[in-house]
Amino acid sequence: MNQPIIELEGLTKKYGSFTAVDQLSLRISPGEIFGLLGPNGAGKSTTILMMIGLTEPSAGRVRVCGIDSTHNPAAVKRQVGYLPEDVGFYQELTGMENLVYTARLNGMSREAAQVQAAQVLGKVGLAEHGHKKTATYSRGMRQRLGLADVLIKSPRVIILDEPTLGLDPEGVRELLNLIVKLSRDEGLTVLLSSHHLHQVQQICDRVGIFVGGKLIAEGDIQKLSSQLFSGEPFIVEARVMERDGTTGQLKTRLEQLDGVKAVHGENGRLEISCSADLTSEIARTILQSGLDLLGLQRKEYGLDDIYHRYFEGGKDKLQGGRKK
Amino acid sequence: MTEEIKQASKDREWAGRAKKWIARGRQQGGTLLNRALREIGEALQGAKELRIRELFNKESGAEHPFWVIVSKEISDHVKSWRFIILLCLIALTCLGSLYSALTGIGDAVKPNSPEGAFFFLKLFTVSDGTLPSYVVFVSFLGPLLGIGLGFDAVNSEYNKGTLSRIMSQPIHRDYLINAKFTAALVVVSVLFFALAFLVMGIGMISIGVPPTLEEFMRTLVFILVSIVYVAFWLNLSILFSVRFRQPATSALSAIAIWVFFSVFYGMIVNVVARITQPAVYAGTGKIIAHQKFILFLQDLSPSQLFSDATLTLLMPSVRSLGPLTQAQVVGAIPSPLPLGQSLLLVWPQLTGLVAATVICFALSYVYFMRKEIRSR
Repeated sequence: MNQPIIELEGLTKKYGSFTAVDQLSLRISPGEIFGLLGPNGAGKSTTILMMIGLTEPSAGRVRVCGIDSTHNPAAVKRQVGYLPEDVGFYQELTGMENLVYTARLNGMSREAAQVQAAQVLGKVGLAEHGHKKTATYSRGMRQRLGLADVLIKSPRVIILDEPTLGLDPEGVRELLNLIVKLSRDEGLTVLLSSHHLHQVQQICDRVGIFVGGKLIAEGDIQKLSSQLFSGEPFIVEARVMERDGTTGQLKTRLEQLDGVKAVHGENGRLEISCSADLTSEIARTILQSGLDLLGLQRKEYGLDDIYHRYFEGGKDKLQGGRKK
Repeated sequence: MTEEIKQASKDREWAGRAKKWIARGRQQGGTLLNRALREIGEALQGAKELRIRELFNKESGAEHPFWVIVSKEISDHVKSWRFIILLCLIALTCLGSLYSALTGIGDAVKPNSPEGAFFFLKLFTVSDGTLPSYVVFVSFLGPLLGIGLGFDAVNSEYNKGTLSRIMSQPIHRDYLINAKFTAALVVVSVLFFALAFLVMGIGMISIGVPPTLEEFMRTLVFILVSIVYVAFWLNLSILFSVRFRQPATSALSAIAIWVFFSVFYGMIVNVVARITQPAVYAGTGKIIAHQKFILFLQDLSPSQLFSDATLTLLMPSVRSLGPLTQAQVVGAIPSPLPLGQSLLLVWPQLTGLVAATVICFALSYVYFMRKEIRSR
């Protein structure tokens, strides 16, 4: 693996007695799209703020593009584009003027900024709307303008905090496709935080699951699911026609099968966890016991299940102390 | 679009075209034509990209980010309705006070008055009784101007969600608050210089007497003092804008302080003076000590400092701001003080005003630097 572009080591942030981020270590390589996934208040935004030096960590180290963000935030911010959650613009200025302002803050001359702004507006598909005041922009357009605002400084890394929040499904799809396209075309490293599993699942190379200030797991989705469900790799869901009392008998028969670990469920819906793929044996057992088998399915784990599993685990910790 | 922008877009097009040539040359390979195409493409791309980057980083064209923020803030102020309303208010009162000064100026100067030599300065201090004088207007409306320009400096950026976006640009964090202060100060300075010069100009035309150098210098110092005074209120409201999330809260707090000092503080001091007043037959030392105590209380109010300073500057016959004993006055020639002496007299007031301004700014600076900037 080559030199990581974002490197966190033992990163900790405390607000009084509340630990928002706890001993976080993470490495992201160049060109990756990394999803930081977690419920609200898990410390995603705080982590991001520490990455770009907007808040100081209580302990630990952050290096972005090989530069320490805590001690040299300006140098990091030159190479990192950050799209805050619920980004805002100067409403009395046009989209173009907003971008030019950002570009000039990055040390471009007014003329160069105008060229660059026109170009990035085209990239995010806002070329015709550049001359409109941002007060008239829709949520989706604002988000795309935010992306343009991030791109105008030609960054190496872009960090997007909840970029899809409040967009309609079509808007989400367009924005995510745009992000993937930009990342691939320009070799950008993308870090995005979200609590929307499916969106992250679609575009991320790797995800990290973040609950209660801790990174509980990281990796691609297959790896995560095998990591998490290693104890019970196969779950078979069976639906049978319910006749009184028979399900109980069926449960005991199934439990006696070799390799079945547990059987849950009632009212004709059974969830059988087993150590190997026993789908056909289960089917046979159900039929032999004289019940009508309505459906039998091996359960695949998606990010949803992974997330729920972690979320359940982290819940008691979260209840401990939420700030604000 | 200027010529350069057109050139840059053209350069960019060529760079794109060159990229395509290179790709085609690589894919098809082999033939001499393709290889040549690739070579030319690479050279062209390099040259064009260099030129684009040069154009972008051209040192002369790019302003320092701090001044970029300042110029944006100034243009925001100037275009805002709030500023236009304040401007109209101040310009109208200024013209009104000028009118009242011009009608009253004839009676203001007695033939043998020591201030006869400073006829011109009367424009700022005299009124015919219908409207207050220019100085009074400035001391009353100046705070409103300062509060109006500063009360939502930081919290509105926060509420609009622009603060974290600006803070994620490669600038130092204090640029924003420094630039906000600088911009408002520039606006206030331009406004006050313009108004004072306007008053002087109209006054010159209508009374037909040009100001002497001394009078001109005194007016300049007076303008500077009023700017510092407004800067104090500006910084106070910036401090509130950092401290309070809601612009309305910060505006109200600043206005409350302003009203307190301009209306209630004087009454409170009077009450305190009456309560602590020594007996009629008390010794001189006791009476002087009491006077000094009351003066000290009065001087805690920035508007008192301002009116002391400006009156001394605009009325050269003012010789002391504190109590004088009979012995000190005996033998004094009733002549105006030179500018240097007047300045010396109000030096404590000036220092006090500047110090109050600096303290407010330092507090808001520290508070802003320690603030964690989250999205709204």
